[in-house]
Amino acid sequence: MSILIDKNTRLIVQGITGGEGSFHAQRCLEYGTKVVGGVTPGKGGAQVAGIPVFNTVDRAVKETEANASLIFVPAAFAPDSIMESADAGIPLIVCITEGIPTLDMVTVMNYLRQKGTRLIGPNCPGVISPGKSKAGIMAGDIHLPGSVGVVSRSGTLTYETVAQLTALGLGQSTCVGIGGDPIIGSSFAEILQLFQKDRATKAVVLIGEIGGGKEQEAAEFIKIMTKPVIAFVAGATAPPGRRMGHAGAIISGSSGTAKEKMAVLKAAGAIIAPTPSEIGTTVRQALAR
Amino acid sequence: MKIHEYQAKQILAQAGIRIPKGSVASTPAEARQAAGELGGKCVIKAQVHAGGRGKAGGIKIAANPQEAESLAAQMLGKRLVTHQTTSEGVLISKVLVEEAVEVQRELYLGLTIDGQAGVPVMMASTAGGMEIEEVARTEPEKILKASISPTSGFLAFHGRRLAFGLGLEPAVMSQATSLMSCLYKLFVSHDLSLAEINPLVVTKDGRLLPLDCKLNIDDNALFRRPELAALRDPGQEDVLELQALSLGVRNYIKLDGNIGCMVNGAGLAMAVLDQITSAGGRPANFLDIGTSNNTERVVNAFKVFVADTRVKAVLINIFGGMARVDVIAQGMVEAHQQMKINFPIVVRLAGTNVEAGKSILEKSGLKYTSASDMKDAAGKVVAVAKK
Repeated sequence: MSILIDKNTRLIVQGITGGEGSFHAQRCLEYGTKVVGGVTPGKGGAQVAGIPVFNTVDRAVKETEANASLIFVPAAFAPDSIMESADAGIPLIVCITEGIPTLDMVTVMNYLRQKGTRLIGPNCPGVISPGKSKAGIMAGDIHLPGSVGVVSRSGTLTYETVAQLTALGLGQSTCVGIGGDPIIGSSFAEILQLFQKDRATKAVVLIGEIGGGKEQEAAEFIKIMTKPVIAFVAGATAPPGRRMGHAGAIISGSSGTAKEKMAVLKAAGAIIAPTPSEIGTTVRQALAR
Repeated sequence: MKIHEYQAKQILAQAGIRIPKGSVASTPAEARQAAGELGGKCVIKAQVHAGGRGKAGGIKIAANPQEAESLAAQMLGKRLVTHQTTSEGVLISKVLVEEAVEVQRELYLGLTIDGQAGVPVMMASTAGGMEIEEVARTEPEKILKASISPTSGFLAFHGRRLAFGLGLEPAVMSQATSLMSCLYKLFVSHDLSLAEINPLVVTKDGRLLPLDCKLNIDDNALFRRPELAALRDPGQEDVLELQALSLGVRNYIKLDGNIGCMVNGAGLAMAVLDQITSAGGRPANFLDIGTSNNTERVVNAFKVFVADTRVKAVLINIFGGMARVDVIAQGMVEAHQQMKINFPIVVRLAGTNVEAGKSILEKSGLKYTSASDMKDAAGKVVAVAKK
């Protein structure tokens, strides 16, 4: 078992004829993902590495029975692409695109609520269920199939975490990058709920960041979880009022600090990794209990 | 992106919101003239991108145009240090000369995006003039909120609920609901991430006036708001950060330590700063080198490290994903060919094309210390920075 994606996932890639879209569509295919199609308006009928390209998501879904979409469309057009996929009935959308205006995401989320679509991202590395399927830009080979779920706001810090787990022989059920923007499709709390229900997942690693209140919201759910949650929040040394790379990573006044978030997570029962290099060993200790 | 108070107030005025009388001055003479036009008594406000100006001496009352001139002369060209700035402070290159109003009540009005709910939320409070995060922490019941649906926008009942909640007198009520409605329209039409009027005052003569105003523009939307992007004041930014930006090194933030850092990815970059701090060191900067695979960006990042005289050692921590380790390594080699580098370098490489990257560094003959993981890297760089 795993969450969100598995062997039955049939993926289309929106923006497949662009540089990143075509590169990562092929990496996903090599990993074993069923990449059944791609979408680029005006390029219908073409192929990318043997993957058929369609003009619209609607057409792609009718031809391929796709049930997930991975988006590489530039920021100015990505909101439209997300809503196009939702309209075509795709239940899971993963949006890699960085730099989408926040108010556009307000419109997108409003639209998705009416459709019942799940969005992961934007501004995220995507999702991987090791050994089964990959819908994202992470390197497949650092992962190991197993029973630790990973959910994170970061990209490369997730790779760092996964590498630590894999080096200790701790495989992963699914790794989900939820994204670094102020408005994202799926929250920590929603992904934690999926991991809690997933029989293959025995423990969950949560990687948070400064800014916003998503970790505090996650803490409310952690209180009622039966599986151990190991958490780290990056940015303890970040100054207030500065955007630390991610649009959502800003300490506002005295709120949204790493210290505050770690305290709330700890009070909810999460086990806090003291430094980023100790995330893997903290998971090992938690599983040994 | 932050803009100045005077720019924010001009935007409010364009949207039909009444603002205090006043004008912006770049010289003491202009301040004197502006004060004269206001009838003498006025407030001189330093225009800087930082809060806490009042306590730091950046807001002063002048009794007459002569005093306005001398107060402006004391501020202009100086650097203002507030609790929100670094110890170097920020440059005052303009002052706002504004009418001195007699305040009856101080309120708070703010509009931002609620990340959890994914909608704009308007906040109002009777605790005006205070830092709203502090009010939220200590007296959350004092903050009234209205979540706004993007399809229907700001509705009359939202305004009534907030205005009645603030206990406004009937004469001020309609001014308040109209201001709120204008502020919401402005928020959407200008792609703002924050609109804050603090304090919003009721004057003794019954006017509702934004005494201070902060508008932050969503960086992600600047591509479609060139007229707002043009309001940027580079003078408010740190010299090293400006230099980094001019070299195409984005996502560089100066910190107060002496260990230069180059990392790929924002989350990992923050984690590396945490790891260095935990090892007893102090980072000189945050730098997410990003994923674009060109060696020039690495070379340019080295230019910034060399320009930063505080830097005693540099830590390069790359976990290749989209970014390829061999490209970063090649960039390091090119940087050493192009400039004289006097500080020791600790390198931790992992991920995509790591073997090719290590091989490039080994063959280059560069002097560097390699580290096996983040902890090892942080320990080593802190040790050499202390020498």
